[in-house]
Amino acid sequence: MSLNNEFKPKIVAFCCNWCSYAGADLAGSSRLAYPADVKIIRVPCSCRVNPMFILRAFEKGADGVIMCGCHPGDCHYSTGNYYARRRMTLLFSMLDYLGIERARTRVEWVSAAEGVKFSQTMNEFVEDIRKLGKNVRLEDLRCRN
Amino acid sequence: MQRIGVFVCHCGSNIAGTVDVKRVVEAIRTEPGVIHAEDYPYMCSEAGQQLIAKAIEEHKLTGIVVCSCSPRMHEATFRKAAANAGINSFMVEIANIREHCSWIHKDVEEGTEKAVILARAAIAKLNLDTPLQPGESRVVKRALVIGGGIAGIQSALDIADAGYEVDIVEKTPSIGGRMSQLDKTFPTLDCSACILTPKMVEAAAHEKINIYTYSEVEKVSGFVGDFKVDIRKKARYVDSTKCTGCGLCQEKCPSKKAPSEFNRGLNTRSAIYTPFAQAIPNVPVIDTENCLKFKTGKCGICQKICAAGAVDYEQQDEIITREYGAIVVATGFDTIKLDKYDEYAYSQSKDVVTSLELERIMNAAGPTKGHLERLSDGKAPKNIVFIQCVGSRCSDGRGKSYCSKICCMYTAKHAMLIRDKYPDTNVTVFYIDVRTPGKNFDEFYRRAVEDYHVNYVKGQVGKVMPQPDGSLLVQGVDLIDNKQIKMNADMVVLATAIEPDPSVRNIATMLTASIDTNNFLTESHAKLRPVESPTAGVFLSGVCQGPKDIPETVAQAGAAAVKAIGLLAKDKLTTNPCTAQADILLCNGCSTCANVCPYGAISYENIQINDHGIREERRVAVVNNALCQGCGACTVACPSGAMDLQGFSNRQILAEVDAICR
Repeated sequence: MSLNNEFKPKIVAFCCNWCSYAGADLAGSSRLAYPADVKIIRVPCSCRVNPMFILRAFEKGADGVIMCGCHPGDCHYSTGNYYARRRMTLLFSMLDYLGIERARTRVEWVSAAEGVKFSQTMNEFVEDIRKLGKNVRLEDLRCRN
Repeated sequence: MQRIGVFVCHCGSNIAGTVDVKRVVEAIRTEPGVIHAEDYPYMCSEAGQQLIAKAIEEHKLTGIVVCSCSPRMHEATFRKAAANAGINSFMVEIANIREHCSWIHKDVEEGTEKAVILARAAIAKLNLDTPLQPGESRVVKRALVIGGGIAGIQSALDIADAGYEVDIVEKTPSIGGRMSQLDKTFPTLDCSACILTPKMVEAAAHEKINIYTYSEVEKVSGFVGDFKVDIRKKARYVDSTKCTGCGLCQEKCPSKKAPSEFNRGLNTRSAIYTPFAQAIPNVPVIDTENCLKFKTGKCGICQKICAAGAVDYEQQDEIITREYGAIVVATGFDTIKLDKYDEYAYSQSKDVVTSLELERIMNAAGPTKGHLERLSDGKAPKNIVFIQCVGSRCSDGRGKSYCSKICCMYTAKHAMLIRDKYPDTNVTVFYIDVRTPGKNFDEFYRRAVEDYHVNYVKGQVGKVMPQPDGSLLVQGVDLIDNKQIKMNADMVVLATAIEPDPSVRNIATMLTASIDTNNFLTESHAKLRPVESPTAGVFLSGVCQGPKDIPETVAQAGAAAVKAIGLLAKDKLTTNPCTAQADILLCNGCSTCANVCPYGAISYENIQINDHGIREERRVAVVNNALCQGCGACTVACPSGAMDLQGFSNRQILAEVDAICR
């Protein structure tokens, strides 16, 4: 095995309670494997994900952050994922500016019935992150001694 | 500082199989706040819950973390257990180490490591939990049923019989749905109309049931127990309070060329029409696209001859706004479009029909008065070929991946009825598999084969070619004899896949009910909550949830009704306390939060504030807890960070992020 394959990325997945978290549950009960590197945080809606949370994850050493919500039009709260989508678009361009590769962040819409999609998405995302390797940690240089 | 107890469940071998539970317990003992940690084979069992209660008492715990299955499964169980043991039920966090861990990882090392991290995240979150008190909301004692087919009618009858008011909203001019279009029903062969119309009449006559036909749900707001719904009652141009249903207008209407929806376009109807003879209500509607009065301004015959003076060309759509406690969705199905299945020559030959069209052809009220005739020349067909799974169980993306479930049985029915009434007719059925699970179903199918000598051929049809002499050349394959088959047919019947009625998409969006990739509404739990939508207060009845035959539809409609009754019987509901709160010291009243709130839960107040000794009046946001559903849109929108969501606060989520990235 090459060294690259032994790299264990830290990946944070924000999943909305109504669609994606349920989709992840379905992936689980259908035994659709994806790497253990993905750790899921449950939020009520994708619109609850503050861009600050994603920045914090990168600050704390995450190698990738993925946010999953209901498909556009299917949000449990009607409009939440639309806000999330716009916020993430802005955040991603900022992350790009900060020098974090675009592929380290991702937004996916996964419904409660899409266990297969959830598992596939996670497999793909982890594969992408593994290829990118360890992330350069976001940090405030002023805090360095 | 919290005093936290961590309880790790083995779930038999479901978790313990790939997670070293003992090691998880040891690993989290040193986490901040953790006073006590233990494992148990089944935490959700009575004994497991007692063990939690005992630990809460013994160690004076202020909160618990349960490492077990998904919170969607047992969060409520453990919240209740915690409340019974005397701590606030919201001081409970679940680490999902089954669905999100043990079930998807095979390696014990990996699984254990991840379980520890998930437990740490839950502990970190619990450390910042605060006790929350759920509020109360009212329950409007009235139900809405969307769709007036057999599913909707049955649900409405059951709810009404329990003593609650029910409104049925049906988009077509009459209730009855697909079942009213069927001729006979399997496996008993009783006449569909004979068993349906008494139900329709019962629903119409029921004092607790109010039927809005030719109406559509236009807007839904509110939440479980307290929905507010706008119903558009489309203009019929006939006053239903005056119409006597004599039918003279339909007879005299000069515009008779509109395709009859009820007969699947196989014949025509007048521009003023009731869809079928037993329609309820028996009040016609004017189809403005075909009515000469609306098209040219000349005619007006129906108005002139109507003795009751019921025809009113000036009628307008009406919006009715009502409140409901529960909503049952029963939007039903339609057959798929066949434009991607050119090989069956459906668009080229009138003698290639769908099974639903054949139902109409065989029905005495249908386009051929119940005589089995070719629609092209009116001759009796001598050879009929049935093709199964047209668009069902399809892997090439043209049709549906699922089995439509009803086709095998209705094809056996059609074949049997034809052989019974026209013994000289040869019937061949091309099938992939014959699926007949159900009471008396296989016996029924065997009767078709053994007693009625229907020729079943295992194999698919590749092509149907209309011939110059009017016949149809069917090319197929017999998989059992492994040979190509070419046969002449006079009529080809396609067992067309069914799909949810297209209207369901819009309704699902309005109800914020989730939908799957095939547009079937998703149930809350595939096995244990099959008639409840994940959206509280919304229940699923009939084919809108998945393919079903009539007995299953009726059974599910009853189940959905019972769930709705269970909700309507409550006087108060407890509300989710995970709502947004504004920090009045940070809020500057900018209105950004109110702009993103989908529930209108945020208003503004001027309050006196003492900020570091300075007394001033400030405009601040106030959240109405009864309206707030806790999505958190406002928390992110707030430019000053004043909004936070209880139960999912910024600090809590950041703590989880930190724990995971540690």
